[in-house]
Amino acid sequence: MKARVVVTLKNGVLDPQGKAIEGALKSLGVSGVDSVRQGKIFDIEMTGDAVTAKAQLQAACEKLLANTVIENYRIDI
Amino acid sequence: MKAAVIVFPGSNREGDMARALELATGAPPAMLWHADHELPAGTDLVVLPGGFSYGDYLRCGAIAGRAPIMDAVRGHAARGGLVLGVCNGFQILCESGLLPGVLMRNANLRFVCKMQHLRVERNDTAFTRNYLEGQIIEVCIAHGEGNYEADDATISRLEGEGLVAFRYCDQAGILGGAANPNGSRNDIAGVYSEKRNVLGLMPHPENLIDPLVGGIDGRALFESLAHAA
Repeated sequence: MKARVVVTLKNGVLDPQGKAIEGALKSLGVSGVDSVRQGKIFDIEMTGDAVTAKAQLQAACEKLLANTVIENYRIDI
Repeated sequence: MKAAVIVFPGSNREGDMARALELATGAPPAMLWHADHELPAGTDLVVLPGGFSYGDYLRCGAIAGRAPIMDAVRGHAARGGLVLGVCNGFQILCESGLLPGVLMRNANLRFVCKMQHLRVERNDTAFTRNYLEGQIIEVCIAHGEGNYEADDATISRLEGEGLVAFRYCDQAGILGGAANPNGSRNDIAGVYSEKRNVLGLMPHPENLIDPLVGGIDGRALFESLAHAA
């Protein structure tokens, strides 16, 4: 089963990389860009049923994939 | 004082750290591998050196913070044992939960490598006894992710309980503005754990122990530790 974990910075956490990308997009003439926040995507192959996999991935996020001081995560199965 | 230095894949300041510890304590520290599970019996001080553990993959210090040896380091800290983390070591301490907060990308997005003044916030800890309170010291910094961040409640707790160890400042001790090299909240360069037996800092005192390289302001930290146990 394919699972996708998306890790994003919490609102209010300064994201200098996102800001730099936002500046670059603007300098390239891409119009309509209000702001950019950078995050991470993990595509993970899991065995077992969806409920167990989700619980395991939740543990994975809490233990390693996200730093919950500054990041939120979302699990899509 | 029995010291142990933990070496992770990608650590690169362990040699400098070992030299500084040996100079101050008179004995070379034990060098431990990240996959070890135990500290040598009688270890007083555990040191996490600088570098780029695991290539900074995922987040700086994230994977090292979960390495097998870290359970032993957490146990040592819980028993009141001394733990020092410098640069990547500070990042690892934050990621392992031994210190609060997180080190984010420098606000100006640049890797900074330069001499830097710091203010010693208090001199009643095992790490700073040989400094004066409020002393301005000059050491070096070399990092791309040293921008200390924590939520407002954590910052007020650190400030209220006197857990800020060092702050970035200029030569005259003035905080803020260009004296802050990375955007850290409240100019924080290093923090203590609640019991002040764990210290993490971004600057490298271990590189300022020999007049040959331009200063010895880092020595007092290791001399303090040498007399702490």
